[in-house]
Amino acid sequence: MVISSKNPVHSVLFLILTFFNAAGLFVILHAEFLAMILIIVYVGAVAVLFLFVVMMLDFNFTKSKENVLQYMPFGIFIGVVFICELIIVLINTRLDLANIQILANPFLNFSDMTNTQALGSVLYTDYILYFQLSGVILLVAMIGSIVLTLRDRPGVRRQVIGEQLERNASSTVLKEVNSGEGIDI
Amino acid sequence: MIQLEQFLILSSLIFSIGVIGIFLNRKNVIIILMSIELILLAVNINLVSFSYFLGDLTGQIFALFVLTVAAAEAAIGLAILVVYNRNAGNIEIENINSLKG
Repeated sequence: MVISSKNPVHSVLFLILTFFNAAGLFVILHAEFLAMILIIVYVGAVAVLFLFVVMMLDFNFTKSKENVLQYMPFGIFIGVVFICELIIVLINTRLDLANIQILANPFLNFSDMTNTQALGSVLYTDYILYFQLSGVILLVAMIGSIVLTLRDRPGVRRQVIGEQLERNASSTVLKEVNSGEGIDI
Repeated sequence: MIQLEQFLILSSLIFSIGVIGIFLNRKNVIIILMSIELILLAVNINLVSFSYFLGDLTGQIFALFVLTVAAAEAAIGLAILVVYNRNAGNIEIENINSLKG
């Protein structure tokens, strides 16, 4: 539905539905913190950003689907190949989950904490470098998107702080204004 | 009880839908960005399900990082899209051929 609906707004709404479903699956898998983060970050920020851009750019929906059939066989072929590969891998692979011994942070060490506490106690100690690197990535993304979308419009009055600070009493223009009359500047 | 295989099938299906979406859609860049989000979501489902069934917390940490990078990527992509739309007037992919290689 995300990729097949004609209207991009419907696509974004189906994407939000998919995110909600994934958040529910995360709750089932006892990853409550990630589920809530998924709802807050994706549904709250990213999907709304998509919706905002879709509505702001309002392109022509009707002629957007003219020659979609041109690539349909190729796309379906790629998709079928992908699904077949994944199914073959899934059938031929047997994981012995019970006998895997090498675990970095087993659940048993955190059995007395909530999921959020456990994640924090691992994230802020073992993975502090990656945590800070992801902060740098977010900073770069923020600055980059601001620089990309910022533009100078001609004719917009701006406050020039340097000129304001350079003023002194000798360059100030004083005029007498009588009450009830205007003056020309 | 839900088995690991069912989660893997689900995430591979979501991944395939994302890839098909990238290949099928030749008109709309926003749909392609959404397909990339779908692919990253499939990866996240894989990571979290393995984290649960192996009893290891590291998968959830990695899923958190994937989430961060996906958010940054969506922001940058949409900013590029807005700037391109301002310069070219449309965002149809077939018209994006000004970069002659």
